[in-house]
Amino acid sequence: MTYITKPKMHHPKLAQNSLGFTHRDYEGKVSTLCAGCGHDSISAALIHAFYELNIEPHRVAKLSGIGCSSKTPDYFLGQSHGFNSVHGRMPSVMTGANLANRDLIYLGVSGDGDSASIGLGQFAHCLRRGVNMTYIVENNGVYGLTKGQFSATADKGSQSKKGAGNQDAPIDLVGVALLMGASFVGRSFSGDKKQLVELIKGAIAHRGAAFIDCISPCVAFNNHPGSTKSFDYVREHNEAVNAIEFIESKPEIKTEYDPGTVTSVRQHDGSVLRLRKLAADYDPTDRNAALSFLHRQQAAGEVVTGLLYVEPESEDLIERMSVAKTPLNQLGETELCPGSLTLEKINAELR
Amino acid sequence: MSGRIERTNDFVVLFANVNGSGSASANRIFTRSMIRMGVPVGSRNIFPSNIQGLPTWYEVRVSEAGHLGRRGGVDLMVAMNPQTWDKDVKSIDAGGYLFYDSSKPLPPSKFRDDINVVGMPLTEICNKQYSDPRQRQLFKNIMYVGALSQLLNIEPEAVEKLIGELYKGKDKLIAPNLQAFHIGRDYAEKNLKDSIGLKVKRTDCVGDKILIEGNDAAALGAIYGGATVAAWYPITPSTSLAEAFQKYCRRYRVDADGKNKFAIIQAEDELAAIGTVIGAAWNGARAFTATAGPGISLMQEFIGLSYFAEIPAVIFDVQRGGPSTGMPTRTQQSDILVCAYASHGDTRHILLFPEDPRECFEFGAKAFDLADRLQTPIFVMSDLDIGMNEWLVKPLAWDDKQKFDRGKVMKFEDLEAGRDFGRYLDVDGDGIPFRTYPGTHPTKGSYFTRGTSRDRYARYSEEGAVYVDNMERLLKKFETAKKLLPAPIRRNAREATKFGAIYFGSTTVAMDEAIGSLEKTCVRLYTLRLRAYPFADEVLDFIRDHERVFLVEQNRDAQMRTLLLDTGRVDPARIVSILHYDGTPITANFIVSDIGRRMQELGRAAIRVVAS
Repeated sequence: MTYITKPKMHHPKLAQNSLGFTHRDYEGKVSTLCAGCGHDSISAALIHAFYELNIEPHRVAKLSGIGCSSKTPDYFLGQSHGFNSVHGRMPSVMTGANLANRDLIYLGVSGDGDSASIGLGQFAHCLRRGVNMTYIVENNGVYGLTKGQFSATADKGSQSKKGAGNQDAPIDLVGVALLMGASFVGRSFSGDKKQLVELIKGAIAHRGAAFIDCISPCVAFNNHPGSTKSFDYVREHNEAVNAIEFIESKPEIKTEYDPGTVTSVRQHDGSVLRLRKLAADYDPTDRNAALSFLHRQQAAGEVVTGLLYVEPESEDLIERMSVAKTPLNQLGETELCPGSLTLEKINAELR
Repeated sequence: MSGRIERTNDFVVLFANVNGSGSASANRIFTRSMIRMGVPVGSRNIFPSNIQGLPTWYEVRVSEAGHLGRRGGVDLMVAMNPQTWDKDVKSIDAGGYLFYDSSKPLPPSKFRDDINVVGMPLTEICNKQYSDPRQRQLFKNIMYVGALSQLLNIEPEAVEKLIGELYKGKDKLIAPNLQAFHIGRDYAEKNLKDSIGLKVKRTDCVGDKILIEGNDAAALGAIYGGATVAAWYPITPSTSLAEAFQKYCRRYRVDADGKNKFAIIQAEDELAAIGTVIGAAWNGARAFTATAGPGISLMQEFIGLSYFAEIPAVIFDVQRGGPSTGMPTRTQQSDILVCAYASHGDTRHILLFPEDPRECFEFGAKAFDLADRLQTPIFVMSDLDIGMNEWLVKPLAWDDKQKFDRGKVMKFEDLEAGRDFGRYLDVDGDGIPFRTYPGTHPTKGSYFTRGTSRDRYARYSEEGAVYVDNMERLLKKFETAKKLLPAPIRRNAREATKFGAIYFGSTTVAMDEAIGSLEKTCVRLYTLRLRAYPFADEVLDFIRDHERVFLVEQNRDAQMRTLLLDTGRVDPARIVSILHYDGTPITANFIVSDIGRRMQELGRAAIRVVAS
């Protein structure tokens, strides 16, 4: 939400992707978030991921709810249509958009207030329906725009900037996503761009509901000692289960790894998620194991990151509903209106 | 014993049943048999919010003159529910008839002297005939249809044919139903002959009319109007609209590869339902939801977004008794204000008021053109009476020459040719801007949709002047809408009079009969049927042209009156409200007596003014 448009000029030798776009073509308006905000790093990671995936910016639809995080779609992919909808209700808007045109790429950006508090219901339902999307929650544990109240993801005992302790149990969105049937679930940290970019790329290539919970410290209201969503705390307690590397389907890349340390997961479009194991025996295709691992580590105060679960051959809502190949928004009278002769037959049945 | 009502092709029958007892199909056969004889019939279910065991009534209006609204009063009561016996007996017009199950003797105090009692030992006959308790119950229903067919002169062939049609595919049910029907008929022939003075006589007043529920017709409207995305949450009385849409989609919207040219989401709640509609419409699909009052309450925030961000949406509101859970299975016209002003902030919305299922179809299809053209929510204000009852109406009609009006959408070619695109820019002076669908052009035409204030080029702005500019344009767009909406229908009185009457929606059928009855008592009224909000100038002229205008509504607070007064161009003293809101559909008798009473009051007041 800014008044300032970035100048379009750039260095003539700026690198281009295979479509001839530079990084700058994936940027948006100047961010109006606080300096150092974790959300801006996520926007940067998104720009990076879309650039590297060689996606035409205008083929992406960005949808968000209300809050600091939901403002960010204005700050990347300036050539994409964006929709800053209603607090906590972006999932339903995205579901409808997805049904109208199956050919676009859908990116949902939300926050912990938006998705874990007011919008927990819609969050859960769009995951269980398997809407083909990448859904990122920029999770900082506080309400930023209303100045620092706890959100539903704030850990019990975590302290606010003014020193109040949070009494309520937190909602773990990754746990919710796993329970609701999301077919790609990851967690990352806005301070770990390398991991985040690869996760985003995997999520975009994934068919079905892909969810990324990205811990994104709020520098204004939740980056103090006593907070469990501060840069320092997350760096200290970050426990990555794997190091993810996203490989597009086209070129065959051969890299040598020690046997037993790498798992490769091939998604429906042929893309490969190469996961270098950091936690022993972690199997990212086992939903139940992911849930129990998560619970154990969480109890120990660790913030588990990485690709936590993926169902490689997942199905999405559109497929399950057997929706026509031509996007519904491109169908006209000929395809949709049964005409007067049919109506006469209907009339005859009603006599 | 008083007299007998003797009438042919003009009477009211009320069936008092227990819900879940299987009476619906028997009652349906009864109604249709008369229609097959060319006699127009209107029928209404009055049912509880329950699946089994509570009282339910089925009212049948037989009218050769074609008055298919509720008349008021009962000529023949078919009392099959002991729970409601006293009330049912009381509701019969003097000289009318009580048909009841006389298996168990009842004391004389349970009857009335001024009605004609026709007893038939239905339970006894059924118990003798059938051993299975469920059969005893089910066949009792078709048995009384048999008896009534004999007593009212309904042609048995018509009923036999209907039984065959109804159980087609479940053929083994045909013979026992026919048998039960004839047992009833034979009993009446032998024991009850000529005990009822109401008769049905074959005529030719039905023509090519069809019997259809408003929800079914509205769903067909959505099919013909090109809706591809529907999102809904189950709620009486709108559920059958969404289900009918699904039924017709399966029939007419599956392509050669077996793929669906539709997507229907049964949402987790009404908020998600309208959110899905808005998301789909934003992305260029025609989308709708069907709901009732409580759903409208829940959708308020999204409806405001749809208005302010200018996203098409079609909302079928099948109104029921409010507020809160209110009377979920009873009818009202009480969502007018909540829909007209839905959401916080300054909003106004377009409402369409269909009079019957036929207009549910017509307006249902048209709503999608209006939504696209005006880029705003369109409410189709049906109600339970229209939505969930079968109405006898003229056949549905469609002109194959008409094309979908997708409104002002800038395409790739327009953008490529360098046309200036401002999402909220009023280029044509009608308040309606152009929009683009997401993904149209690589470098032109993208914009950010938001519920916050923005300038003509969709750039975020909190400038007062920019905000006001936009809000004023929305008013201009609302003004433009008037020219596109279904016009009100004005009808002259037989003789010049200074009185008029305004009505709308499901009131129309009862109103038509009431106007005829009032004419007979020399009360003349010019009438105007509202079909849309915002009101056309004709509506305001009509009020100005008359000294007093009776405004008939089915709600407590005269909501349409409030909406009319809000135009600022109507003298409140001229509008006299006629209000009916007990949850049953308004009757002609009620309108006649209430307008008559008001006329007398006005007459007396006029005399007082002259005298002083």
